[in-house]
Amino acid sequence: MGWIEDTVTSVKSIQLRQALHQTISIGLIVTSALMIWKGLMCITGSESPIVVVLSESMEPGFARGDILFLRMSKEPIRAGEIVVYNINGRDIPIVHRVIKVHERKDTGEVDVLTKGDNNEEDDIGLYAPGQRWLQRKHIIGRAVGFLPHVGWATIIMTEKPLIKYILLGGLGLLVITSKD
Amino acid sequence: MHSFGYRANALLTFAITILALMCAMASVSDNFNSPSPTSQVQVLNINWFQKKPDGDDEVSLTLNISANLESLFTWNTKQVFVFLAAEYETPKNALNQVSLWDGIIPSKEHSKYWIHTTNKYRFIDQGSNLRGKNFNLTLHWHVMPKTGKMFSDKIVMSGFRLPESYR
Repeated sequence: MGWIEDTVTSVKSIQLRQALHQTISIGLIVTSALMIWKGLMCITGSESPIVVVLSESMEPGFARGDILFLRMSKEPIRAGEIVVYNINGRDIPIVHRVIKVHERKDTGEVDVLTKGDNNEEDDIGLYAPGQRWLQRKHIIGRAVGFLPHVGWATIIMTEKPLIKYILLGGLGLLVITSKD
Repeated sequence: MHSFGYRANALLTFAITILALMCAMASVSDNFNSPSPTSQVQVLNINWFQKKPDGDDEVSLTLNISANLESLFTWNTKQVFVFLAAEYETPKNALNQVSLWDGIIPSKEHSKYWIHTTNKYRFIDQGSNLRGKNFNLTLHWHVMPKTGKMFSDKIVMSGFRLPESYR
């Protein structure tokens, strides 16, 4: 019965080696994704270089599910630019167009008013209570480029978490079962 | 090696690569277009001009805006966002930009236009500096592509002046 034990140990050792191999390849995928994201952050200077449009407020320019590429350079903010901003007390950043700019002479600070192209009203109603202008600290980037529809996957996954788990599970299974 | 999964994967990767390449080429091709838009703006009337209770000046204008933006459109143009802003300097602010009117031009057929309008957004100063103020009216445009990089430029029209007294 010695040969059975031998086979078992040899199979076990193969599985261990394979498992290690797979852990490393999963680790590689995760770390390279992280490196790309952080690298983009360095190049663009924005804390979130890519955003997905979630609302219809910029129709027909940007629709739900479109992807925007952001940059945050030292250049001053000017009317007409599309900026992404965060308001205290809101977790989702907003993508709207600047319609008014007042730039201080002494400090160079700006007061900015924004509005969605598809909205009737300007954004004062969206700002924090009592807030009338956006300052530079609220703005996390300006949109420089655009790719249509690519962000739909993210929207579907955030709205239907089940699909996300199925997809992640399937991918994990694929990585584990693949012999390569 | 030749399983269904591998072939599907190879096909998908190839398709996405080609699509990405085509998007990039479409965006790059925009650089070969050198547009030469023209615009004219007249201030037809100062409807009213006052100091608001909180101390800021506000003025209402009637404008006549004509522009020819046909040359901005290429095959990769989804729309052109155009707006007219009053731009001026005050003792406190190095630059004030106040959008007075804007519009979305969906296609080349609509890009040669003429419009008679009062200001769509309120022309309010930060403070009380508008009496006798010289200002520029600048027509800005932002080209939104079907895919890729966004472009923008402007035409500055100077020599506008607000009245010396409220009315």
